[in-house]
Amino acid sequence: MKKETNSTAKWIMNIGMVLVCLIVLFPMIMLLISSLRPSSELMRTGISLAFDWSLLNIDNYNYIFTQAGSYWTWYVNSLIISAVTIVLSLFFSAMVGYALAVYNFKGRNLFFTFVVFILMVPFEILMLPLFQMMITAQLVDSYIGVILPMIVAPIAVFFFRQYALGLPVQLMDAARIDGATEYGIYFKIMLPLMGPSLGAMAILQGLGSWNNFLWPLIVLRSNDMFTLPIGLATLLTPYGNNYDVLIAGSVMTIVPIIILFIFFQRYFVAGLTTGGVKG
Amino acid sequence: MATSQTVDAKKGPSPIMKFLNSKKVVPYIFVSPFIISFLILTVYPAIRGIIMSFQSVLPGQVNFIGLQNYERVFNPTFYKALMNTSIYVVLTVSILTILPIILAVILDSKFVKLKTLFRASLFMPALASTIVAGMIFRLMFGETDTAAANQVLNWLGMSSVDWRYNAWSGMFLMVMLCVWRWLGVNILYFLAALQNVPDELYEAAEIDGASILQKFWYVTLPFLKPVTIFVVTISIINGFRMFEESFVFWEAGSPGNIGLTVVGYIYQQGIQRNDMGFGAAIGVILMLIIFVISFIQLVLTGAFKRGDE
Repeated sequence: MKKETNSTAKWIMNIGMVLVCLIVLFPMIMLLISSLRPSSELMRTGISLAFDWSLLNIDNYNYIFTQAGSYWTWYVNSLIISAVTIVLSLFFSAMVGYALAVYNFKGRNLFFTFVVFILMVPFEILMLPLFQMMITAQLVDSYIGVILPMIVAPIAVFFFRQYALGLPVQLMDAARIDGATEYGIYFKIMLPLMGPSLGAMAILQGLGSWNNFLWPLIVLRSNDMFTLPIGLATLLTPYGNNYDVLIAGSVMTIVPIIILFIFFQRYFVAGLTTGGVKG
Repeated sequence: MATSQTVDAKKGPSPIMKFLNSKKVVPYIFVSPFIISFLILTVYPAIRGIIMSFQSVLPGQVNFIGLQNYERVFNPTFYKALMNTSIYVVLTVSILTILPIILAVILDSKFVKLKTLFRASLFMPALASTIVAGMIFRLMFGETDTAAANQVLNWLGMSSVDWRYNAWSGMFLMVMLCVWRWLGVNILYFLAALQNVPDELYEAAEIDGASILQKFWYVTLPFLKPVTIFVVTISIINGFRMFEESFVFWEAGSPGNIGLTVVGYIYQQGIQRNDMGFGAAIGVILMLIIFVISFIQLVLTGAFKRGDE
């Protein structure tokens, strides 16, 4: 009797999970299929369940690769901004997290409390003053203007500190006896040991920057400077005749991330579950 | 630790290097780039924002106007924005807590195969930006009879819905979009917490003859309390900060403000109408709301009771 209920429960659970996953993946699958439909059709009907399968072709992709110049400008902008954001924010916050974990210095606890407190300040209160500062500094519509506010990453400091607390401190003393400087110890010994945490935070910062919307929307003004989300959003009008770029372009923004996700799943999971940061 | 200082003293080629390499100075050098950027890019604008909320900010002309911005904030449009945001918060928080708990418990059970595949599939939408995800939703929930959602309704014998033009369906779209993107992430939080439930407890409960539901209620749920408080808090905060989920459906303005949110109102007033002082005042109110919620979370998790370590 017990065994029977168990095997029914097993079936229900597995089939239920398959159904839930299909529902969750359904919009993605529809995006992929719809990107193969003629863009004029798509604009007229929206994403449909029933449509003429014989019309499927790769024209949208042909168009985007051969003629959609500004799409690739946005792509390059997004790549540059994400790459610089990753490097700078990691460089700054890893050092801090490490110092907070391995050194005992005056003001350490106060500083850490401060970092945690700042985690709670929403970016939305900073954005108007920041925008004003960018106007004064003439950084509106520039890469630096988008990147600067993103390099302060208290969540990463928090994460790196947590990780660095587990580093082998005995190694440091051994290295000191061998005559290594504190900086040498950090860059040559400890930083490589922090590799996994760097991976997780690179994903968190990179994905955040790749998908970031509100701040770039405020700071970026000209089409040539737009990032992918901002550029794609401009195409999202009912009167637009750019649905080919919109739909194939959307696929092309997600696909590289999904490929990265397949290879670095562990880091994605660690990064995205660090603090539920809005991406 | 104390011995290494004497080692330090022996070494060091020049006095400057020795100073820079002393363990008293090094930590400050490590934290200084962050502190500087943080003072300029977070602390200063935060203070500026609070000051601005008491000013009328016009190009080349800034005046203190006391509480006038705050008096203006409490108007019907702001209440509408606050109402929309609150409904959105209540809906997303309840769905994004209950559903992930159930799915995480199922995923964690020994009956379910292919755990990694399921987990990865559920997580996938978190990789898409709100704009791309919103674009998909917008095209699936189009007004025409040919869009996916209306096709389903028509097949079920119901009439089509103008999804983006009714208050209820507009809210439904925003909530769905958020739930779709965050479901997988929240499942991971709960899955991680479930690893902490000792198997012996389940075995003991089984020996006592507990049913599956009883085990869930008396064994699993108490272990999930801390992570639930965490998930609820971040969901509330992210909910109050919501902007993109609305922007992607209606850009700057929705019919009858059905999609207006608090942050959307900041954007509209502060950036589009260039009334920065007024926008800052809304921002300060938003910050207060978020502080109160964070404070409640800290109390609930007992953060103030723990020693400082």
